Amino acid sequence: MDRINDRYLKENQVAENGLLDRRLFLKKGLQFGVITSLASTASLVSAKENDDVLKKKSSDLTWMHEPGMPFSTYGQPSKFEDNVLRYPSVNEAVPGNGVSWTPLHLMEGVITANGLHFERHHNGVPQINPKKHRLLIHGLVKKDLIFTIDDLLRYPMQSKTCFIECGGNSNAGWHSQPSMSEAGYFNGMASCSEWTGIPLSVLLDEVGTSKKAKWLIAEGADAFAMQASIPIKKALDDAFLALYQNGERIRPENGYPVRLIVPGWEGVLNVKWLHRLKLTNRPVMARNETSRYTELQPSGKARMFTFVMEAKSLITSPSAHMILKQSDLYQITGLAWSGRGKIKKVEVSADDGNSWAEAELQEPILDRAFTRFRIPWHWNGKPAVLKSRATDETGYVQPERKKLVMERGRQGFFHYNAIINWRVDGDGFVSHVYDKDETKKTDSDISIDSDWD
Amino acid sequence: MIKMKQKRLILILVLIAIGINFLFARSANTPRLGQEVTPEEVAARDISIFPDGEGLPEGEGSVPEGEKIYRAECMICHGKNGFGHTADQLAGAEMSLTGEYPEKTIGNYWPYATTLFDFIRRSKPMNAPGSLTNNKVYALTAYLLYLNELINKDEKMTALTLPMVEMPNQDGFINIYEMETTHQ
Repeated sequence: MDRINDRYLKENQVAENGLLDRRLFLKKGLQFGVITSLASTASLVSAKENDDVLKKKSSDLTWMHEPGMPFSTYGQPSKFEDNVLRYPSVNEAVPGNGVSWTPLHLMEGVITANGLHFERHHNGVPQINPKKHRLLIHGLVKKDLIFTIDDLLRYPMQSKTCFIECGGNSNAGWHSQPSMSEAGYFNGMASCSEWTGIPLSVLLDEVGTSKKAKWLIAEGADAFAMQASIPIKKALDDAFLALYQNGERIRPENGYPVRLIVPGWEGVLNVKWLHRLKLTNRPVMARNETSRYTELQPSGKARMFTFVMEAKSLITSPSAHMILKQSDLYQITGLAWSGRGKIKKVEVSADDGNSWAEAELQEPILDRAFTRFRIPWHWNGKPAVLKSRATDETGYVQPERKKLVMERGRQGFFHYNAIINWRVDGDGFVSHVYDKDETKKTDSDISIDSDWD
Repeated sequence: MIKMKQKRLILILVLIAIGINFLFARSANTPRLGQEVTPEEVAARDISIFPDGEGLPEGEGSVPEGEKIYRAECMICHGKNGFGHTADQLAGAEMSLTGEYPEKTIGNYWPYATTLFDFIRRSKPMNAPGSLTNNKVYALTAYLLYLNELINKDEKMTALTLPMVEMPNQDGFINIYEMETTHQ
């Protein structure tokens, strides 16, 4: 039974088809309907169901009648959360080449747990002994210097909470048919952590950068010897060497013992397992900045050095593979981020983009970091299409898919940041759809699916 | 009133002085723990190769030698004649870059020939990266350029000849970073 009456709706609706005033979050007694998931047995339990559990006899609560588990030296998630996992997608011939996606649709808040941070490796995760790892800075400098990890740990550090997003995130969006994966499993090559380390400017000052130095070539100590060219301007502006991730030393799969953080720019530039920085007057034109991480346009020309990850947003709940139990009040929530700065606003539509309402943004809103948005929504039980649209502090507005595809074609592979539609059908089942006039049948998407080296 | 103003002025001057001091002291106060390294040590680690040939080592390789190495080390993933398999197609594009399903190969997409040497030497083969000698890398580079009809079968690749290879798509890229920074 729907608890929401017409009068309540009339008083609080701010956009068509049941989007309600975000200020309702400040009022007490707001209670949301049940959303279950196709993929898992775990359900997001409503407040009401919780109450029912507490009212049951305490004898049902067996854990109250026997001592619990002992202390642990390193905590693990509850065994009842064993469905909250990264989703690996790898090259069958080279198991260390591929990605694993962050399950954004199963998470809340803005920080990505370290064990769930997305991965993109080109040839496996090196098991680096920090005692044997050194960082060389050389090239157009007064003197070439090399640093041990113990040296680096002695520098004054700073922290920045920021997202890292792979340039190839959401690439299924270029396909002619909408991806049928869960939200995180095609948009979760993006994660957000508090990174702690040393501003690059400090070490560049120590080596004495030549005025001729315009680029920095960063190289990792993995089996791919990943290298990337980064403008020195950005390096001096806000790039840093991270040694810690969310308070602990960086995980091996995220670059242990030291990685580069280039806030807001393509993930591939945030070189993991960093062991060499060469200052030069020009980019090196590496394979991963020419053959890959460039975007072929319909004209036949390709965009190159498209460093900034433009503003994007994504409703994480309700999202694909979830089911709304009945007509009721629901919380729409999701994430927004921009490589150009802070998120200024996120608008949500429940009527296919005809009307929009501003969502509540969770404070603090940080520069180049995930920003959580929420808005209450009354689902009337009829089919509806949900959209979210981010605007960043530069005024950039996340584009509709139609506009992005018109400008860039469908062969660019990288930098897909269009608005994502979730369709709720009459049974409450949520799936990914394109705008009605966009879906056309084509035979194959093979050429843009294969991103292996 | 005058006293208040004076106090304020002194406070402002003190704050400015602290600020200036902080600015100048900043770099001097950070630890300076980097160890100097010899040019030989740098050379042993520096494997980056630039489009003009900077960084290319001595050595040479021919197309027939390269074909042998390709068959032994690369074909399993990249397919016969570079037509692609579990890994990228490297040659033999049939669809142009403006076709509906363009095939991006070395011959029709890669802007610089030197990138091939750099990439093969640092990353390939995937099961034993860095195991190929410079001569073998030159040979493979020659074979792949030959497959893409960019050099003749009898041309050898060396530090001198490789940067001279003309890549058809060298002007096929728009430098977005440069565009954005010059328009700012």
